[in-house]
Amino acid sequence: MKVAFLGATKGMGRALARQMAERGDELFLLGRDAAELEKSAADLTVRGGSGEVGFADCDLQRPESFAPALDAAEAALGGLDTVVVTAGLFSPQEDLEADAAKARRLLEVNFTHTVLFCEEARKRLLARGGGKLCVFSSVAGDRGRKPVAIYGASKAGLSYYLESLDHKFREDGLVTVCVKPGFVKTGMTAGLKAPPIAGEPEPVARRVLKAIDRGTPLVYAPAIWRWVMLAIRHTPRFVMRRIGF
Amino acid sequence: MSVVTTNRDAEGTLAGWGRLPVPGREVVSENLEAITRDVPLSRGLGRSYGDSSLPPPGRTLVAGSRLADRILAFDPETGVLRAEAGLSLGTLSRIFLSRGWAPPVFTGTQYVTLGGMVAADVHGKNHHLDGSFGDHVRRLRLRVADGRVLWCSPDEHPELFFATLGGMGLTGHLLEVEVALHSIPSPWILAESERIPDLDSFLEGLRRAASEWPFTVGWIDCLKTGRHMGRGILNRGRWAEADEAPEHPPAKKWRLTVPIDFPGWILGRWSVGIFNEFYYRKQLRRQVRTIAHPESFFHPLDVLRDWNRIYGPCGFTQYQCVIPKAAGVEGVRRFFDLLTGLGAPSLLTVLKDLGEEGRGMLSFPMAGTTINLDLPVRSDTQAVVDRLNECVIDLGGRIYLAKDAFTRAEHFRVMEGARLDEWQQVRSRWDPDGLLASAQSARILGDQI
Repeated sequence: MKVAFLGATKGMGRALARQMAERGDELFLLGRDAAELEKSAADLTVRGGSGEVGFADCDLQRPESFAPALDAAEAALGGLDTVVVTAGLFSPQEDLEADAAKARRLLEVNFTHTVLFCEEARKRLLARGGGKLCVFSSVAGDRGRKPVAIYGASKAGLSYYLESLDHKFREDGLVTVCVKPGFVKTGMTAGLKAPPIAGEPEPVARRVLKAIDRGTPLVYAPAIWRWVMLAIRHTPRFVMRRIGF
Repeated sequence: MSVVTTNRDAEGTLAGWGRLPVPGREVVSENLEAITRDVPLSRGLGRSYGDSSLPPPGRTLVAGSRLADRILAFDPETGVLRAEAGLSLGTLSRIFLSRGWAPPVFTGTQYVTLGGMVAADVHGKNHHLDGSFGDHVRRLRLRVADGRVLWCSPDEHPELFFATLGGMGLTGHLLEVEVALHSIPSPWILAESERIPDLDSFLEGLRRAASEWPFTVGWIDCLKTGRHMGRGILNRGRWAEADEAPEHPPAKKWRLTVPIDFPGWILGRWSVGIFNEFYYRKQLRRQVRTIAHPESFFHPLDVLRDWNRIYGPCGFTQYQCVIPKAAGVEGVRRFFDLLTGLGAPSLLTVLKDLGEEGRGMLSFPMAGTTINLDLPVRSDTQAVVDRLNECVIDLGGRIYLAKDAFTRAEHFRVMEGARLDEWQQVRSRWDPDGLLASAQSARILGDQI
C-alpha cells in the first residue's frame, strides 16, 4: 500500500504505522510538529527496512495545510492508495466546559477539519479510481454520555460522516473504514482511570490493519467494545441519566 | 502531561519486579523530554527487582520512558543504533536479529529498556568475553539535574558518561542511547547443556567453556550440601552458523500468564527441593546439543508472563553478588556453605563467571564468579541478606543494585569503598542540589529530598 498517514507520531497511530512499515507498506507522514515527524519517520524507515519515509506539514487546525500536504504525499509516494487519520484532540469534559476556546478548537479539529481533510483525500483517491480511507473516530460518539458530552459529539458527527461516505462511494472504489477504539492505553488516555477491558495499542493496530485489508466499514477495537457499546446504545435514558458512565 | 499507575500495582503505589511497593505514580508520555523536567527519577519497564526504579520518600512521581521507544538512526555498515531510552531489548531483537544484528548484551528478561540497560550497566551470558552493556555504548543523551539536555560520551563530558554507566539513573534522565550492535551469522543459537555433579566441576566447566563459548551460564541446586553441593546444569551457546541454522527466522513465542498471586507458603524448602530435583533430572543424557530459539536461550522465564506472582503477595527479592577471582573456589564454597546454613530456599540459583571490570564508575561486574538467588520475602530476609553481605564483604566482592532491596547503607559503603566516593563527587558536580534520587539511593546512599 502507499499510505499518507496523519497522526503516526503517537499512540495507536504510531503502532499502526509501525505494523504497516514492518510488512512493507510505503508510508508518508503528515503532522504539525516537524521535529516529532522527523523522529517518527526515522523510526519507521529503520523498522521498515525498505526505503526512506518522508513527511510534510499538515495541521488539523489549519485546513489550508491539507491540499499541499496531500500533494507532497502523492509526489513522494508516486501516487496514493490509502489515507489514514488517527490524529485528533481529547480533553476531559470538565476542562472543555471551563474553557470555551478549548471546546471550540476540539470541535473544529475532531469534526469540521477532519471532515474537510477527508474530503480532500476522498477527491484524490476517487480521481485515481478509488482506494482506502481509514479514520479513527471513537466509541464516545455512539451514545450521549455525561463524561464525554463535547468530545463524544465531535466523534458522533465524524462517525456519521464516515458511514455516509462509505454508502456513497464504495461502488466507485472508495472504501471507508471507521475505527471506534474503546479505552486504549496510550499517552492520550494516561491521565484517566483505565477500565479492566482497556486495550493496548499493538493489538488494536493489528485489528485495524486487518479491517483496512478487508475493507470492513466499521471496526470496534478491542473487539469487546462492540458488545459494550451495543449494550450502552440500548440502555434506557432514565438509566443513563442516573449513572456516571 | 499525564499520570498513570502501572499495571496491577495498587492505586497510588509503584513496585519493582519483586513486588515490594512504595507510594508512587508514573508519568508517561511519548515525549520523554517533557516529563523529565521536575521528577527525581525515570524508570523503564520496572524490571529491576528492588527499589531502584521507585521514587524516594517524600516524592511520588517518576517519569516512565516506555512510550519513548523510537529508533532514530541505524547504520547498516557499522551496526551503530541510536534510539530513545524506552526502546525495549525484546523489540530490538525482533527487528534486528533477522537482519544479522544482535544486541551486544542480553539480560535474563527481554522486557528491559535501553535506558535501564545503561543505568544498571547490565551484563549477560557473554560477560566473560564482551563485557557489560556499557562497554558497547557510544553516546548518551541526558537531561541533567539543572534541566539542561546534553550529549555525553568518552570524549564529551567523559566523567558524566562513565558515572552514568551503572549509575542507576541518578546522574540524569536517560533520553537517548547510541550503542553498537553485534554482527551475527544467523538468528539462532547453538546451545549445549551439561549436567554437572558438584561445585568444583562447575567452576572448572565455566572456566573451560569461557574460551570457546561466547554465552555461558549455570543453574545450580542450592539446597544440596556436602559432596553434591553446587550440582546443576551448565548452559553454553553461540550464534549458529548459517549452515547449522533453520532457514526461517525464529517465530514469535507463545506465552502463558500467571493468572493469580500464589499463596506465600507454596515456595518452601520442600517444594523448591522437588523443583530442583526435577530440573536437574529433566535432561536424561549428561550432555545435550540443540539449535535453540534465541528467546528460549536468553529469556527462558519470559514465557511465563507475570511470573513474579508465584512468590505470592509478600513478594520476593533477588540477591546477586560477585565473589572476586582472588577468593577462588574456596570463596564461592564459603558463600554456599553460609547460604545452605541459613536455610534460605532459592528457587533459581544462577552462577556465572564474569570478565574484567568495565568502564562504569559504579558498575557491578568485576572478574570473578557472580551468584544470583531468588528469595521469597519472609520475616528473616533482612537477616539473611545481612549475613550474605557480611560474607561478600569478607571475600572482597560486591552486590548488584538492580536486584537489591535489603542491603544496608553501611554494608554498601564498605563494598564500594573509594569507587563510591569518586562517583559521588561526579554526581554532586552535576547535581549539587541533590535533585535526582530514588528509593534505593535514599536507603543505600542516604539521599534526602
